[in-house]
Amino acid sequence: MKTLNIIASAYRATVEEQDDTIVWLTHAMKGAGAGIDVLLRGNAVNYAVRGQNAAGLAFGGWQQTQPPRIEHDVAGLLAKGVVVHVLADDLQRRGLESTPLIDGVQPLRGDALAALLAGYDRVWHW
Amino acid sequence: MDTKTTLTFALMDAPYESARSTTALRLLAIAARRGFHVQVFAYEGAVMQTFALQKAHPNTVHGRSAEEENHFLPKDAIAALIDDAARHGGRIDWVNCGLCVDERGAGETIPGVRRGSPADFWQMAEASHNTLVIPTRD
Amino acid sequence: MTNYLLIESRDGFDARDGGFCCELAGTLMRSGDRVALFAVQNGVLTLRAGAQAPALAALMKDGMPVLADNFSLRERGIAAERLAPGVQPSELDSVIDRLAEGWRVIWH
Repeated sequence: MKTLNIIASAYRATVEEQDDTIVWLTHAMKGAGAGIDVLLRGNAVNYAVRGQNAAGLAFGGWQQTQPPRIEHDVAGLLAKGVVVHVLADDLQRRGLESTPLIDGVQPLRGDALAALLAGYDRVWHW
Repeated sequence: MDTKTTLTFALMDAPYESARSTTALRLLAIAARRGFHVQVFAYEGAVMQTFALQKAHPNTVHGRSAEEENHFLPKDAIAALIDDAARHGGRIDWVNCGLCVDERGAGETIPGVRRGSPADFWQMAEASHNTLVIPTRD
Repeated sequence: MTNYLLIESRDGFDARDGGFCCELAGTLMRSGDRVALFAVQNGVLTLRAGAQAPALAALMKDGMPVLADNFSLRERGIAAERLAPGVQPSELDSVIDRLAEGWRVIWH
């Protein structure tokens, strides 16, 4: 069954987890054979932006050697054949409509959302 | 697919942080009473819901001993729901995401809970009549 | 036509992203899908008569059923007679009913 993962929450515990946990979950399920695509909406539209960089954090003598690499991970989903849509209306609300996005991410207008959802057997909102 | 109604729930919230945890348990309770087969994938903080070392405490503000306070412990509610589901001819299959368990040190769980992975969640969903994701929020 | 139950657990006042359910509901209804909204937790705060919720009111006028969790209402001291006209107090069982019937249930 084809599933659409709608990701709305962004940068929540991503430093601690060293990943976005839903992008990570999507990778893991895809690796397990899932037919799964992604729609980024809300603040998660920022995950489609190039140049995200969370490197360099240190706490006393502890240095984070594996920061989250959201841009890399979204590109990785695309490389695995996951279709990644991004809600254009939310890009616009955030002043991102003319910002270069990760190659392959597909902007989708809000008025096309119903048709997108209709193309999936399941819709999960995270 | 088993003809008995099978529902899968994905939970993310740790105990005591959000009303979502209570609503999730209420939904599981209804499904348990109906004798459904319920599958729960506990992800991230939700793996703490079944942590065996949760401990009740007194409430000195209200002048109640630990016994009087009878503080809500999700592990007890979940254990009761697992029993209730079985009594009604169904079952609750609770799976904690293993990596989430490891990073939280939550390996000690109540009986009836097992460790799993995202592949388990996918398989649960495939084997269900329906799946509800209850996401967490910052 | 697909049946959607949108669970609104967040209020439209303090919560960021508070308009998502109404926006999605409108889009789906315009496409011919059947949509109902189930308000739970702070999502019921928008349902008092007189609360400022124009988007929700418009959807109800267009025929979208709005159910409100009885426990959440009681927890917040919202008596049934204080609800906006058309809001239906309901048990949480309604969510399990629709899951069992195969509705697409989306939690916000």
